[in-house]
Amino acid sequence: MNDTAQIYDQGEYNFAYLDEQTKRMIRRAILKGIAIPGYQVPFASREMPMPYGWGTGGVQVTAAVLGKDDCLKMIDQGSDDTTNAVSLRGFFEKTAGVRTTYETSEATVIQTRHRIPEKTLTEDQILVFQVPIPEPLRFLEPRETETRKMHALEDYGLMHVKLYEDIAKNGHIATTYAYPVKVNDRYVMDPSPTPKFDNPKIDEMAALQLYGAGREKRIYAIPPYTKVKSLDFEDYPFEVQKFDKPCALCGAENVYLDEVILDDRGGRMFVCSDSDHCEERRAQGHTGPMAANPAAAQITEKNQRETTR
Amino acid sequence: METTVSTPVQNGRSTPLSAGFLDPVHDAQACFRAIMSVMARPGTRQKLVMCSEVPPEPLTPAAAAIALTLFDYDTPVWLDRPLMQSEAVKAFLRFHTGAPILSEPVEAAFALVSEPQSMIPLASFNQGSAEYPDQSTTVILTGQTFGKAQAVTLAGPGIKDTASFSTGPTPPVFWDQVVSNNRQFPRGVDLIFAGTAEVAALPRSTRITLTEA
Repeated sequence: MNDTAQIYDQGEYNFAYLDEQTKRMIRRAILKGIAIPGYQVPFASREMPMPYGWGTGGVQVTAAVLGKDDCLKMIDQGSDDTTNAVSLRGFFEKTAGVRTTYETSEATVIQTRHRIPEKTLTEDQILVFQVPIPEPLRFLEPRETETRKMHALEDYGLMHVKLYEDIAKNGHIATTYAYPVKVNDRYVMDPSPTPKFDNPKIDEMAALQLYGAGREKRIYAIPPYTKVKSLDFEDYPFEVQKFDKPCALCGAENVYLDEVILDDRGGRMFVCSDSDHCEERRAQGHTGPMAANPAAAQITEKNQRETTR
Repeated sequence: METTVSTPVQNGRSTPLSAGFLDPVHDAQACFRAIMSVMARPGTRQKLVMCSEVPPEPLTPAAAAIALTLFDYDTPVWLDRPLMQSEAVKAFLRFHTGAPILSEPVEAAFALVSEPQSMIPLASFNQGSAEYPDQSTTVILTGQTFGKAQAVTLAGPGIKDTASFSTGPTPPVFWDQVVSNNRQFPRGVDLIFAGTAEVAALPRSTRITLTEA
């Protein structure tokens, strides 16, 4: 028994922090969200011991679904070891005492801030998204009464006008993240600020997707194998970002890359945003063009030290 | 079939209440995950964790487990006649969940049906509004046997290609009601089927095709 388990036995927290009535309320909202894919179910979001913007919605959803046998993975912009992921993982280690992991395939529940793992998820996994603004129409129409009516009437003309204006101004659809999707041919939904690179993964995904927005008090869901279409036009079809180079460390292609600054003389490299994917590939012996570069090696070494810690 | 209840058992007042979950936190979580899994994958079945004692009849153990997982003071519950006539069932639900028990199906968040063969039409429950479709009733049919009755074909969210589903007993025109329930999507009720040990569900998003006999 570790320290956290002892704390739990002393009754410091209920399992996974939330009280049982709150969990039931969230669980009911999740069931309705699953039954109406893409529809935002209002729920009585609680104040959590972390500020809004740190994933209070995702944390409440995770706390409601998590069981003692689950294995939890937390990612923040694809990475397991950045601030948000580290603190939320610590939160659940302390309050639920569940097993946590960095490995995508080992996790049963994955809470994510704005990325979907590169590795294909399975039917036995649940992906929980942290959502800042759940309403895709909010920046076009600030009134909740109106956006609610627009969803009820399936009136999404405004969203198409916005995408059209993108084309008129920039020559292409300039939305690169939080790219609106239509779920099951009915509701237009914000897939949280994930890069649009990840939108194709949402479509017909084998895993259940749950979205939690704490400040805005909304929960929504996409069941497995649900049709999710990124909005576009016949002559301007939806396209994902393309990278001209592979990952500098593991050489992976067709993955989402982050820019890493190496020095103050303009040195930089592009590496996998999904840190677990990158590490797994390097462990298998894949190397990228900059894997031997001392500046890059220093960064990877540091990461690996933190990973093993 | 497990529900051969013709006369409700009136053993409520003098006998002590039967117990709920042995481990309320983790048993409710396990039950919820089973229900969530079947709601997300219509037509599939999952095992429920039962209460430590058998609940008063005609409430089945599976129905009691679902009730303790999802009901509380926020969820008005409608009971069908055999359940409503049993003081023991009402006392059990009131004690363990605190849910208000109603006679108006249209106001209910959940409906518990112990005699599905004579249940009221699905349209009598709350269908939700166009703005708030989530406020509709979740109808729980208890005493179900899976795989014996005539199968229907399911398609829609949560189902890869199609799935076959069969459950009973159900009222005579039940599947026609489920078809029209789906037609009014996003409004409509969601259905949970509670068997002896297993649970299945049909959310309103599932499209039903009746298979010809």
